[in-house]
Amino acid sequence: MNRPDAIVVGGGHNGLACAGYLARGGMKVLVLEAEGRLGGMARTVELGEGFRIPEIAHLLHLLHPRVESELRLAQHGLALAAADLPTVALEPGRQPLLLSSDPAAAEGLAVADRESWRALRDRLVRFASALEPFRGEPPPRLGSSASRADLTRLARMGWAIRSLGREEMRELLRIIASNVADLVEDEISDPLLQGAIAFDAVLGTGFGPRAPGTVLTLLYRLAGSVAGRPGALALPKGGMGRVADAIGKAAEAAGAQLRLNARVERVLVEDGRAAGVALEGDERLDAPIVVSNLDPKRTFFDLVGPAHLDTGFLRRIANFRARGTTAKLNLALDGLPEASGIERRHLMGRIVIAPTVVMLERAADAIKYKRHSEQPAIEAVIPSLHDPDLAPPGKHVLSAIVQYAPPELAGGWNEPARQHFADLALSQLDAALPGLKSLVRARQLLLPQDIARMSGASGGHWHHGELAIDQMLMLRPAPGAQQYATPIEGLYLCGAGCHPGGGVMGAAGMNAARRILAGEGRA
Amino acid sequence: MKQRDVIVIGAGHNGLTTACYLARLGLDVLVLERNDYIGGAAVSRELTPGWTYSSCSYVCSLLRPEIVRDLDLPRHGLQVIPYEGGVTFTREGDYFALYSDKDRLRRELARHSARDAEAYDRYTLEVLRQCRFIRPLLLWTPPDPTSLKPRDLKGLAQLGRRLWSLGEEQIYDMIRFWTMSAGDFLDQYFENDLIKAHLAGSSIIGTALGPYSPGTAYVLLHHYMGDVDGATGAWGFARGGMGAITRAMASALRGSGGEIRTEAPVGRIVVKNGRAVGVALDSGEEIAAKVVVSNLDVKRTFLKLVEANELPPSFLNRVTKFKIRGSSGKLNIALDGLPSFPALPPGCPAWRGDMHVTESLAQMEEAYDDWKAGSWSRRPYVDMLIPTLIDPTMAPPGKHYMTVFVQYAPPKLAEGEWSTQTRDAFGKTVIDTIAEISPDIRDLIRHVEVRSPADLENEVGLTEGNIFQGELTMDQLLFNRPVPGFAQYRAPIPGLYMCGSSTHPGGGVMAAPGANAAREIARDLKRAA
Repeated sequence: MNRPDAIVVGGGHNGLACAGYLARGGMKVLVLEAEGRLGGMARTVELGEGFRIPEIAHLLHLLHPRVESELRLAQHGLALAAADLPTVALEPGRQPLLLSSDPAAAEGLAVADRESWRALRDRLVRFASALEPFRGEPPPRLGSSASRADLTRLARMGWAIRSLGREEMRELLRIIASNVADLVEDEISDPLLQGAIAFDAVLGTGFGPRAPGTVLTLLYRLAGSVAGRPGALALPKGGMGRVADAIGKAAEAAGAQLRLNARVERVLVEDGRAAGVALEGDERLDAPIVVSNLDPKRTFFDLVGPAHLDTGFLRRIANFRARGTTAKLNLALDGLPEASGIERRHLMGRIVIAPTVVMLERAADAIKYKRHSEQPAIEAVIPSLHDPDLAPPGKHVLSAIVQYAPPELAGGWNEPARQHFADLALSQLDAALPGLKSLVRARQLLLPQDIARMSGASGGHWHHGELAIDQMLMLRPAPGAQQYATPIEGLYLCGAGCHPGGGVMGAAGMNAARRILAGEGRA
Repeated sequence: MKQRDVIVIGAGHNGLTTACYLARLGLDVLVLERNDYIGGAAVSRELTPGWTYSSCSYVCSLLRPEIVRDLDLPRHGLQVIPYEGGVTFTREGDYFALYSDKDRLRRELARHSARDAEAYDRYTLEVLRQCRFIRPLLLWTPPDPTSLKPRDLKGLAQLGRRLWSLGEEQIYDMIRFWTMSAGDFLDQYFENDLIKAHLAGSSIIGTALGPYSPGTAYVLLHHYMGDVDGATGAWGFARGGMGAITRAMASALRGSGGEIRTEAPVGRIVVKNGRAVGVALDSGEEIAAKVVVSNLDVKRTFLKLVEANELPPSFLNRVTKFKIRGSSGKLNIALDGLPSFPALPPGCPAWRGDMHVTESLAQMEEAYDDWKAGSWSRRPYVDMLIPTLIDPTMAPPGKHYMTVFVQYAPPKLAEGEWSTQTRDAFGKTVIDTIAEISPDIRDLIRHVEVRSPADLENEVGLTEGNIFQGELTMDQLLFNRPVPGFAQYRAPIPGLYMCGSSTHPGGGVMAAPGANAAREIARDLKRAA
């Protein structure tokens, strides 16, 4: 390729989506990925011969419908092995609780709670759907710098909330900043259901359910949909890696070029604007536009360097909180656990182990003192039940998200500490799924720092930065960079550190590309 | 029977403020108080002979100067003397002192961290900037964002314009400040644990959250918003104890022709044909009035004094969900002499202000975690003062009075209700904490009064013993306080109003809710006339 119009640094799903849109908009795009394969945090890897497991992200539920349709991901190989996974909340000694995206179909609930669950879920989905459209747009700027488009967006946001009706609007404004523990304790009486709902609100964050703002993260999660079903969970056929592969193929089909094993060391800044990138091994590539899929800290501190940026901006980027507290446990299994009361359809769901709000809060408390949870909360899926190709016949893979693991452990994350934490998580799983332990033939524990090392994301944070009210919308990641453009002309951000955040959504990449094309007069 | 113009239920500082403003308009106002003394939680009481205790609230800073001026409180005997410093002790014998002298403060900051000394000015500037924005909102009726009434739209537009005029970056800083945790906010400026711990104290006082819970930066600000004699953020002692404030208000009220009746507990608000028409006392006596105002918290008012069938179900439902959480205890201590604090250098003025014992934000979080588990903090955060250092009238000559505010103590313990034994054990935990930095204090103690949240509830009538009549979290501020759609001091029953700290802008001897409620009532009466 002769000189590209734009270089995208990082071949994660957002970088690839951005490249796809830019290429469709007529730009010559080059994607540079440091590793030997695409996908960033959405990859499928081998865990022993014949076992293929989602390395980090393991469920698909937030993928933006426009990314899916406009980049024609189905044509490029994205298919679902399961489209509406139920959530199965487990507690030793109790009938599993089964919740699907249709709240009326819940199993294992007392009659009173079935009704209140339905009312609560319907209301939350209604709120989430009212806010959902703003995922697919840049966040409006406020103050005198607001453009006409910003004001329009702001007005539409106000209108969307108002259209809920007066009582519902009041309820939304009341709960949006509150904590999920109060919400579930006010509305639901079953502790297991309380725990399962609260878990969704804190999954991937560093907060416990009593932290104000966790209702908003719950709404964020419910904003996604699969095949039109809001809040549904899906598994891609062939593993999570297929999502990035499909977006990558779509980008290539649109004319983008992908280059693997090309580690960018620096973004070149000349006369105050981006001029290209320098690769490891002294190679230089010129381009008038550079888009970073990396998180804001890596982008500005490592790739650009403080010399080109003002102190106030750098201070804000330094203050952007990105301390991952979520670990991953990947297991290769010799078979399926067989326990009384647990059926195959339960194992086919998304298993949640967070039996009470108190347990969840206590698990989160540990990280404040640089300790890991003694009773971690867990989300597990067994993708090989839906997609037999992922494991040898009769064998399975289990992928589990484990919370909470502090980025720094008092005493250090040495090998015994790692083994101990993995053992705790495994015991927790084994208590809910008796017999699981004896089936484990291989296991892999990824702590936040491992995720940081593998994906390059600062702090190993899924969302490239904590998802909290003070880091959302136009506050993400910092003034001066919240609409994908940065203080350096020609340099853009397109990763999860921008609005609307992470979760294999592709929206940040799409929004960034639109912003760039609009700036180039190509949109 | 004589019909009064206005009955105010409860003679707390807000009830008295509402009563004063309305009496000044020439209305016939009667304040009914359950106890045999007035003041609610702003009282001075002689609970051991010779000593005056500010037995509940203990610091005067948030009281709005506009209200002090309007009601001419200094003429009625109110005098506020500023603190001369503040200090946080560590158990290892070190301390951080917040001096009012700027140069001395800078040296003290630098003793702990040169970087933090640099950051301190930036920090104060930011906090003051936030204060400047919020101050005018205190004596303001929050508009209802769900309403299309011209008044609400105008209020929202005004708020929007003020926000807009801050400029882009500052708007964002404002939003962040309202939503982030005090811990994260302080981490942006400071590196030293002790300095952060000292500054974070106000973010948890009276609040059932830890310093790293989102939303606590606002609570920090809430305590900063006051001023003493024009010095922003300054805290002060009311001469003669906190009762001096309510005594001055009562005097102002009587001066305007208002009446206060003590030992007159209200059992019921009388509603006829959907309108509040008076109150019924526990004694059976009924008093008619055109307007009934409740200084009580929103749960007591609507769940205890009003029949449920008189209220819209959605309102009642939200009153039930309103979070009033007890999280604080209090010790009042009569001392035979001045305790020593060996860590402080001789002549250090810092102790003529608030004193604390804690080492870090993590320790404050631990204290919070104990509360969540249904126990008082094993290592509580204390906010203690010796008012007699500044106001010797509160104790006999040579003797001293110490007030100790304790965070956290639950309204109900995991093992059940509070008992004499558990209260004593709680008191012992607190005294042990103080003795770690003041070894001779035990020998000087003549009398200790220990108050658990349950005691505070029984005595003052604050639900769960929450000092703000409701948590100051984002979901319960501004137009959400106390109930969305009813943040303008009017209850859903015509003729009934709310004026306590459950309403905007919340608690802390500020008297703003009382003044705001009076303004709304006067407005309605004028329209009806």
